[in-house]
Amino acid sequence: MVTPPGGVGLDVGGVTRKLRGRKDSRGMRGLKRSWRRHWQLYLLILVPIAYFVVFKYVPMANAIIAFKDYNVVDGVWGSDWAGTKHFERFFENPVFWPVLRNTFLLSAYVVLASFPIPIILALALNEVRLRFFKNTVQMVTYAPYFISTVVVVSMTILFLSPRLGIAGHVTQFFGLGSIDFLSDPDYFRHIYVVSDVWQTMGYSAVIYLAALAGIDPALYEAARVDGASRWQKILNVDLPGILPTAMIVLVLGVGNVMAIGFEKAYLFQNSLNISQSEIIPTYTYKVGLLNADFSQAAAIGLFNGAINLCLLLGVNAIVKRLTGNGLW
Amino acid sequence: MTSTLEEHPQKTRGARPARTRDGRKPTRIKESSIDRWFMAGVYILLTTFLLAVLLPLIYIVASSFSDPLAVSSGQVTLWPINFTLEGYVRALSDNSILSGFGNSLFYTIVGTAISLALTVAIAYPLSRSDFWGRRGITVFVVFTMLFAGGIIPTYLVVQNLGLLDTRWALILPQAIGVWQVIIAVAFFRTSIPDELYEAAQLDGASDMRFLFKVVLPLSKPLLAVIALMYAIYQWNSYFDALLYLRDPGLYPLQLVLRNVLILNQTAPGLDAAAALERQQLADLMKYSLIVISTVPVMLVYPFVARFFNKGILIGAVKG
Repeated sequence: MVTPPGGVGLDVGGVTRKLRGRKDSRGMRGLKRSWRRHWQLYLLILVPIAYFVVFKYVPMANAIIAFKDYNVVDGVWGSDWAGTKHFERFFENPVFWPVLRNTFLLSAYVVLASFPIPIILALALNEVRLRFFKNTVQMVTYAPYFISTVVVVSMTILFLSPRLGIAGHVTQFFGLGSIDFLSDPDYFRHIYVVSDVWQTMGYSAVIYLAALAGIDPALYEAARVDGASRWQKILNVDLPGILPTAMIVLVLGVGNVMAIGFEKAYLFQNSLNISQSEIIPTYTYKVGLLNADFSQAAAIGLFNGAINLCLLLGVNAIVKRLTGNGLW
Repeated sequence: MTSTLEEHPQKTRGARPARTRDGRKPTRIKESSIDRWFMAGVYILLTTFLLAVLLPLIYIVASSFSDPLAVSSGQVTLWPINFTLEGYVRALSDNSILSGFGNSLFYTIVGTAISLALTVAIAYPLSRSDFWGRRGITVFVVFTMLFAGGIIPTYLVVQNLGLLDTRWALILPQAIGVWQVIIAVAFFRTSIPDELYEAAQLDGASDMRFLFKVVLPLSKPLLAVIALMYAIYQWNSYFDALLYLRDPGLYPLQLVLRNVLILNQTAPGLDAAAALERQQLADLMKYSLIVISTVPVMLVYPFVARFFNKGILIGAVKG
């Protein structure tokens, strides 16, 4: 899926509120009138709607196989009911706790690290008046976002490889011997997070730069009149100014917590670091497609999706209570 | 090249602007020493960020042009040692890489065209204030961002449609991005005034005609941004291919890269000396491959980065 940059300021509620039609166009009469006038638009929108039904909503319905013993012959609807057997099997599986724990820890780490760094980058960029320097930094830090995950992971592996990576030469220079970072499970999360921040910080900073550009200049004047230093200006004008944006990014980031980085975790995985790198999405993939246990995998996926949704709703509620900003 | 986010309405190149953005006169009041220390800190910080991103990229490029022996013995830092194109020759003479490159071009071009058409087809009606049902449809679309069926249930759909192991499997299941729809709706709503439609209607233009003759020509920046987002997604994705494709002849470049770069699928050597040499060449080829696969994206990037920023801004600020 094409993801937003760290989940940019998506005002879901605002969109729907603004989309509310005029009063006279409500109800069936409104539909008839609108259809007569705009039948071409309805025909136009038909194909995309079919897309969402087929590729997004049918899978949601298919998720029912989590409660069935799916077999290919009978199909999704014909297979026998199995109750919550597949969920219980997952909860009782010895991998359940480690995998859940890995997912949570990795996600929390990613959110904690990738939330503040783009803000710091944006605030610093916003202070710089040297156009050339500012543009260069922005352009360069932005670039890695365009590099594919496969390539970023390969680069990281090449750097960290004890045989030919630059990291090996550095650790040897400092007399630490050669450390095989990728085979040591304890390094997995750090490697993942650092490469993630490296790849996305410039891109994520753009949204904050936009928010900073939208701050009322009168506030800066007032701060100057009051004799604020640059640092005080950042604390009292810039930070409150980008708070709403930051909160939305945070909520979306947390909402993404359980859905994160299948692709990247899977690429970094090897048999030696698996104790820390196996997360729910990678495990689902293995159970479902490599072992062809569709019902079990669907149950795990559904469990993951449910936790994800709960986290999103929960954090949104907390953030809204604390700061008054939220997704809706 | 990237214009920064604060656009000055009247850019006076060379001459000093009458006032800066925060309304300060350019003849500055003397900065306090705290501020000067602070700014020094800001520059140090930004330089650190800059180098942290830039140095690894330079290192990769330098290594890709270096002698395999120099790379594996750690002599290469930021400049090629014993310049050679061996890695590139090797990489470009590999059939799976060439076919991956071709496949990726196909997926990117066809996929982007389909995605773009579908996105306009849903975003334009949703942007019209007189379109009945747009609130419901918006909720219907945005909900898919919050909850998804999961890997396996989606796989079943692709399987039932008979798309497994076909090129369509990489194009159709991810054809529309909700995020792109939101950006497009916001753009259409803010930059195509209702009055324009009313005028066209008086002249007897149908909705379709208006869309093709007026809206799309006015929306070129938006179309460029969205097309680029989709194109980059397609060029960089490997996961769908991993799920849905068995036939190596259909593999996109990223999946080929994964097999070569991460799974180290190279032919095992016979005797030790040959194996060592082959290993070094294979390692060199990795650096060259990284450069080759990233060059197409990086060539486009400077030209569109500006649009890209603006596109995100439209979606973010006005969304």
